[in-house]
Amino acid sequence: MELLNQIFIEPFQTMYALPDLLLQTLWEGFVAGTLYSLIALGFVLIFKASGVFNFAQGIMVVFAALVLVGVHALGVNAYLAVLITLGVMALLAMTVVRVVLKPLVNQPDIILFMATIGLTYILIAGGQLVFGGEPKAMITEELGLPTGSSDWEVGGGIVIFQHIDIAAAVIAVILIAGLAIFFNKTRVGRALRAVADDHQAALSVGISLEYIWMVVWFAAGVVALTAGIMWAAKSDVSFALQVVALKALPVLVLGGFTSIPGAIIGGLIIGLGEKVFELYWGSTILGGGTEAWFAFIIALLFLLYRPEGLFGEKLIERI
Amino acid sequence: MSVAENLNTQEAETILSINNIEVIYNHVILVLKGVSLTVPKGGIVAILGANGAGKTTTLRAVSNLLHGERGEVTKGNIVFNGDEIQSLTPNELVRRGCIQVMEGRHCFGHLTIEENLMTGAYTRKDGAGAIKDHLDLVYQYFPRLKERRKSQAGYTSGGEQQMCAIGRALMSKPSMILLDEPSMGLAPQLVEEIFEIVHDLNEQEGVSFLLAEQNTNIALKYATYGYILESGRVVMDGEAKDLRENEDVKEFYLGVGGEGRKSFKDVKHYRRRKRWLA
Repeated sequence: MELLNQIFIEPFQTMYALPDLLLQTLWEGFVAGTLYSLIALGFVLIFKASGVFNFAQGIMVVFAALVLVGVHALGVNAYLAVLITLGVMALLAMTVVRVVLKPLVNQPDIILFMATIGLTYILIAGGQLVFGGEPKAMITEELGLPTGSSDWEVGGGIVIFQHIDIAAAVIAVILIAGLAIFFNKTRVGRALRAVADDHQAALSVGISLEYIWMVVWFAAGVVALTAGIMWAAKSDVSFALQVVALKALPVLVLGGFTSIPGAIIGGLIIGLGEKVFELYWGSTILGGGTEAWFAFIIALLFLLYRPEGLFGEKLIERI
Repeated sequence: MSVAENLNTQEAETILSINNIEVIYNHVILVLKGVSLTVPKGGIVAILGANGAGKTTTLRAVSNLLHGERGEVTKGNIVFNGDEIQSLTPNELVRRGCIQVMEGRHCFGHLTIEENLMTGAYTRKDGAGAIKDHLDLVYQYFPRLKERRKSQAGYTSGGEQQMCAIGRALMSKPSMILLDEPSMGLAPQLVEEIFEIVHDLNEQEGVSFLLAEQNTNIALKYATYGYILESGRVVMDGEAKDLRENEDVKEFYLGVGGEGRKSFKDVKHYRRRKRWLA
């Protein structure tokens, strides 16, 4: 009886009594969600175009942030450092496609997956070798990102909006909109979708798979850099960040591996869900600490009952 | 040189010649055992034969799509417009004007018909205006596609998908189309319609065709020349009208002629003997 009360009644009473707390939690969940979305988006881009499940996406986030901070530490202007980092990500994309993917083309998926695990360790080791392993502060101010916060009074309490969080959400939305336009309106974007649909046929009309793969790996690199900057601005640039990137896996299961809207909505659901669950249910009934595994439980349930995810591409079948 | 002679030499010009090629899959499976054939400029040449004879492999060897299937050309050479092309990528080949329409259509299911057609123009560099005009031209040949231009290709009928695949290839402005099994899974009437369009494209746009077909009847009706493949070898070739009249072809591939009914066992035996004698 007590338990039922804790599950079905108390949380909602608290929500009603303290609307500012609810709004604060939703906002934080939303911000975390946009970042999960960004990381998941990187996975989806590569998976759609080349069928490779890129285990290294998480480490690419750290690597991009590390390069940015490292280059800036050499005394380079922050914006120039961003451009140089983009250059490094482009180079990485080219190297990965030429050295890793191309020789392994037509091998079973699991081999490509293993190759990306190898890539993960190369990036970790390479990053540590060049930039050192200790955590570094993100160059938030130098990049002109806002710091500080605004308060908003609601129902007798206040909700705090960190400016960096607002910036993160806005940038994420712009990036996603930009990608959507790129995919739907440009020649290369159309070719990308063609490759995702049927790479044999894409080859037959003269689309170069190698080029398309480079484009998606670079796009995933750009997404990784954005996610890296935003996430590191809230904590530090350190290899611990890649654990956060693993949260993208449940996001993918939830949204479907091939769906870009799925990655976005899945990320938001996981972000919001884990924060809200932790506050209203996890901490009262289970003694807290649910944020770490909430997403994976959701993923497990989805795998059991809806393995294609919320928006996974259904096979088009004519009747 | 008179006009007539001029025409004659042009007719004799070849656009594609395959010289004694051998194709091996997975390093061990020998599929083509020395196939040679030529396609004259502006001609329609048919490769005929049963399942597994090597028709698709021949086309793939030309379009260089073999690598995707772990196959490779190990002997012989392929010459398109005077250049050897075995080492070119499909991308380079499409740029040069040779494009394959794959067996089973292979439209991009989640793209609309119009987007499908536009992917065909991927390699072109002659500007959006020219591509737009070309799109209108393709719609003239395939009015059905215009009606369905906003539909996702995956939801269109088999015939429309075949038209979409041919139209998509046309968008690359090819001088030669390798057409693999266009009749597959289509109603006879549609097959006729598609071959009529192929015929028109050949006459009016000057596109040469090399087509692989199991439907010998219709292929020989529209082609100018035919090659019959059996177990990776050309066993017979000739003008389409001669092949149509040939007693053996009639019997084995057109299913008419011969005396009385034959069981398949006898046919195979006969075929075997024939090859020994040849």
